[in-house]
Amino acid sequence: MKFLRDTWLVYTRQLLLVWRTPARLVIGFLQPIAYLLLFAPLLKNALASAGARTYADAYRIYVPGLLVVLVLLSGFFAGFQLLGELRSGVIERSRVTPVSRTALILGRAFSEVTTLMGQAVVITIVALPFGLTVEIGWVLLAYVMLALMALMACALSYAMAMLIPSPAALGPLINSVSQPLSLLSGVLLPLTLAPGWLVTIAEWNPIYWTTNGTRALFTGNPGDTSVWLGMLIVVALAALTVTWATRMFARQVR
Amino acid sequence: MIEVKGLRKSFTLGKRRKTRTVEAVRGVDLSVAEGEIFGFLGPNGAGKTTTARILCTLLEPDDGHAVIAGADLRKDPAAVRTKVGYVPQGGTTTDEVTAREELVLQARMYGMHKTEAVQRTEEALASFELTEFADRQCRTYSGGQRRRVDIAMGIIHRPKVLFLDEPTTGLDPQSRAHLWDEVRRLRDAGMTVFLTTHYLEEADALCDRIAIIDHGEIVALGTPTELKHGVAGDVVTVGLNGDGPRAAELLTGRDYVHNLELGDDGLRLYVDDGATAMPQIMRALDGGDIHFDTVELHRPSLDDVFLIKTGRSLRDK
Ligand SMILES: Nc1ncnc2c1ncn2[C@@H]1O[C@H](COP(=O)(O)OP(=O)(O)OP(=O)(O)O)[C@@H](O)[C@H]1O
Ligand SMILES: [Mg+2]
Repeated sequence: MKFLRDTWLVYTRQLLLVWRTPARLVIGFLQPIAYLLLFAPLLKNALASAGARTYADAYRIYVPGLLVVLVLLSGFFAGFQLLGELRSGVIERSRVTPVSRTALILGRAFSEVTTLMGQAVVITIVALPFGLTVEIGWVLLAYVMLALMALMACALSYAMAMLIPSPAALGPLINSVSQPLSLLSGVLLPLTLAPGWLVTIAEWNPIYWTTNGTRALFTGNPGDTSVWLGMLIVVALAALTVTWATRMFARQVR
Repeated sequence: MIEVKGLRKSFTLGKRRKTRTVEAVRGVDLSVAEGEIFGFLGPNGAGKTTTARILCTLLEPDDGHAVIAGADLRKDPAAVRTKVGYVPQGGTTTDEVTAREELVLQARMYGMHKTEAVQRTEEALASFELTEFADRQCRTYSGGQRRRVDIAMGIIHRPKVLFLDEPTTGLDPQSRAHLWDEVRRLRDAGMTVFLTTHYLEEADALCDRIAIIDHGEIVALGTPTELKHGVAGDVVTVGLNGDGPRAAELLTGRDYVHNLELGDDGLRLYVDDGATAMPQIMRALDGGDIHFDTVELHRPSLDDVFLIKTGRSLRDK
């Protein structure tokens, strides 16, 4: 009970801060929107071999990938903010109170996830006039999958920030994790276009399954293997990374 | 109220091969009575913040024991947390939120219900004269106002002991005087205040008792008056125009000079009895054909205490 209440306290405070610094929110949007407007239109032809015959088809393949990139990359950068807050004493001030240590980190992660999901919804809506058509029920399920991916990315980033508490060293580490993960998952273009050996490698990448799952939900194929497999994988990974991050945090801050 | 015995803490810096250990706190013993303002005076890097953070449960000591308001620091840090308030050196107000929001959040982190938190916030705002701008974002506050918000956050749960880490650093003299009054008011209401500072004036004017800390060790402890009286004799300062080194050489080793410190604008001499030493000093300088501008007699200050105990001056920083 206390833990939930404390998490709620931290969560609402973090959201308030996001709300009061709209600039950060807008910058988070700009890149995906630019991709959506300037890059996606090229895709109708490019994605023909992946089964895209219309713009709607192209957007159904592209938008979910874009959302996966958004939640993963932004999520991976959450660790930097945590480091900043550890340094500035904001967290220290909470640590002298009896507030739950796990709540301090979970409330932050949930607030990041909420912000990212807000951005994801806006991007989906912006894509609608371009011909994206979706089935609301399956898209909601896709958002659940995206939210879990965001949580996983945040938690992983927090854990890495605890491991390497220097922003200068953290950047390269995060890049070296996020680059292969996203390249080998076919976030921008589906790997149906890729040679066989690349797909074989990608099948070992959990993000490959969650990306395909999200895409299947957007294109209205909820029966696809990648949906249930991706969901299973992302639930397990989120649980694992959150446990790791809270452990590391509790050890670091006592 | 605070009993500390043999407190130690060291930090290990650097990477695998080139590690370096900093002994930040090296066996601190102290005892603070209920309702007193206890000052922790020392230069940069002396270990003041480290000691305060250990006592507030933020850092685990390597060794030593402490009991704070009846709670054992090592066995029951959770109990210590409910009894102490901590105001960190840098301050922790967030730019984008208001003082009221900060205080309510802090109160709720201490486990208060919403209505209670709001009410405590109201009281704290009033008593620190913050009501007027309580609904403005913290970014618009002056340094002194921010500091008052910090302190209000530190006492929102009515702790028995308040730790203030350099509460007045960076404040103008007026805000500093204002803050001193606030701290005295807290003490008069029964709170025990442990404050760190590197200002001699602050230690002298505000604190009931002082510990002087240097390189992680307490080198002197007592009331400001006791400490100053502990420096035997008087201080004679001689204003010299560039002849300092020569004068120092001349006076070193004279039996009426215990100790001698060469500064930028002259000499500081520690003597048993100023009235008899002054003529002797002047005669010696005349004899050495050294021209001096002024000769003054002082009672020892806290800086002199610091100088005698550590061989360095706190002022020249
Ligand atoms: N987290 C840390 N990691 C490594 N070294 C540290 C850490 N915190 C403090 N130190 C070192 O411990 C020593 C004591 O630092 P501390 O912050 O306690 O000094 P201080 O008396 O508060 O000084 P100041 O007046 O500058 O605030 C310093 O040498 C400092 O570099
Ligand atoms: Mg300090």
